[in-house]
Amino acid sequence: METINYQNFRVEAENICVDYNGKVALYDANLRLQPGQICGLVGMNGAGKTTFFNALTGFVNISKGKIRINGESVRSAQKDQTIAYVPQNEGIDSQFPISVWDVVMMGRYGSMNIFRCPRESDVQAVKDAIDRVDLTDHLSTPIGNLSGGQRKRTFLARAIAQRASILLLDEPFSGVDIRTEKLISQLFIQFKNEGKTILLSTHDMIHVREFCDLVLLINKTVVAYGETSEVFTPENITTTFGGISPDFLFGPES
Amino acid sequence: MELCSFLTLDSFITDPLTHGFMRKALLMSSLVAAVCGFLSSYLTLKGWALMGDAVSHSVMPGVVVAYALGLPFSLGAFIFGVGSVALIGFIKQKSRVKEDTVIGLVFTGFFALGIVLVSKIKSNIDLHSILFGSPLGISLSDVKQTIFISLLVVILLSIFRKDLMLYCFDPRHAKTVGINVFFLHYLLLTCLSLAAVVGLQSVGIILVVAMLITPGATAYLLTDKFDNMTVISVLSAIISSLIGIYVSFWFDLETGGSIVLAQTFIFLFAFLFAPRYGIFKLKKLFAGYK
Repeated sequence: METINYQNFRVEAENICVDYNGKVALYDANLRLQPGQICGLVGMNGAGKTTFFNALTGFVNISKGKIRINGESVRSAQKDQTIAYVPQNEGIDSQFPISVWDVVMMGRYGSMNIFRCPRESDVQAVKDAIDRVDLTDHLSTPIGNLSGGQRKRTFLARAIAQRASILLLDEPFSGVDIRTEKLISQLFIQFKNEGKTILLSTHDMIHVREFCDLVLLINKTVVAYGETSEVFTPENITTTFGGISPDFLFGPES
Repeated sequence: MELCSFLTLDSFITDPLTHGFMRKALLMSSLVAAVCGFLSSYLTLKGWALMGDAVSHSVMPGVVVAYALGLPFSLGAFIFGVGSVALIGFIKQKSRVKEDTVIGLVFTGFFALGIVLVSKIKSNIDLHSILFGSPLGISLSDVKQTIFISLLVVILLSIFRKDLMLYCFDPRHAKTVGINVFFLHYLLLTCLSLAAVVGLQSVGIILVVAMLITPGATAYLLTDKFDNMTVISVLSAIISSLIGIYVSFWFDLETGGSIVLAQTFIFLFAFLFAPRYGIFKLKKLFAGYK
């Protein structure tokens, strides 16, 4: 906290590298995010988006570089419940015998005692979170019986219940219905006003333009990073996607 | 066989209870079944069936060496069980061979070592009882060991019940909120080795993996709640043990095989008639008659 350099940044990644048994997944990547910023993470499949998330949550170790969360280590960010990760729908076992309530309660585990007995405050936090994503009618529904959008909202509620100040979302808009898409967009605006920092990966260019302040284009390393209006250009997008033009990828711009 | 008393259900159940060895076998096998059934829900959800198979076969040389040295056989089994998993992890990381291949070659290697050791050491090791279990001939020191290990596993699983569920469901989230995933991984492995050790007394090394996966798989077909799954898994494991032992007593069958076969039949029943996930969906059938 004393280190003045880092104090302004909620997330700071400096020249980070990640390799899996010698295979480089990400190298020399930099990122700086402040409270209230929404940043889009854009890249091809296998460009290192999920690896970037994994490095920030501490799920994989970085082989080089430095990550500071609120000026402190990833380890202490984990202990403080600072970061929440919202997985892709494909990244979870939807047949797991668990209800919406139980999943959202998992957001509270980090701040409970060793037996994970919910206190009154935990129950309240879970209720509020489920209410915010509009799933109050599905408290005890097994996640296997939910639609893709409802399942996405369940995991978003888990992040809300965790009261994290940094949200990492892996493809929050893929495979969801219109209603969920609208609800998530509204929540993002609310989160921004609450001063939360959001990093989301997406394939949808319209979403990036709609509410990302910043954009990070990656292809194993950072291709371009900065204000969306300046960085999110057809040239940069083409470079990020290995020479394929954005028109081909996303249709002609209007 | 006392065929005349076979006629009533009452004596079918009570007659075996007049034998001390049968009472002991029923009690110990129920305890072992409960432990394996408890663990089973985690293993099936985590997708560790093959790992269970590997660990349970790999304990073989440990059991033989411990017997030869006069040590508690659970100690030897535990060392080799955890050792096999460590070796699988090491070979997987250092070579390009795929994981299932590595698991297969490591556990068969350990198992073969065990069989070779038995033929060399001979002494008073009964290969048959290690391979196929001998719940009817369990010794007093084995009883004490089994009770101790079973209680240990049940206590560990109970304390870390929710963390292990989270670990099986979403390890990434567990890590993100500061839960020690490394510890949970090895906790589950330790419990697996210990359960394999107690399980092999009931049904033997070859079939112990059934005790570790079938009850969980059965329960998975019957419920959408994790807590219920654990309860159903434990109950189906205990019931199978009781059925297996009774049937083996009256019809003079191999006990371990009978227990596992009972589990398999219960699974098949769930597979066919489970209310929501069974092939014939019992609920719908009944609804049709209303």
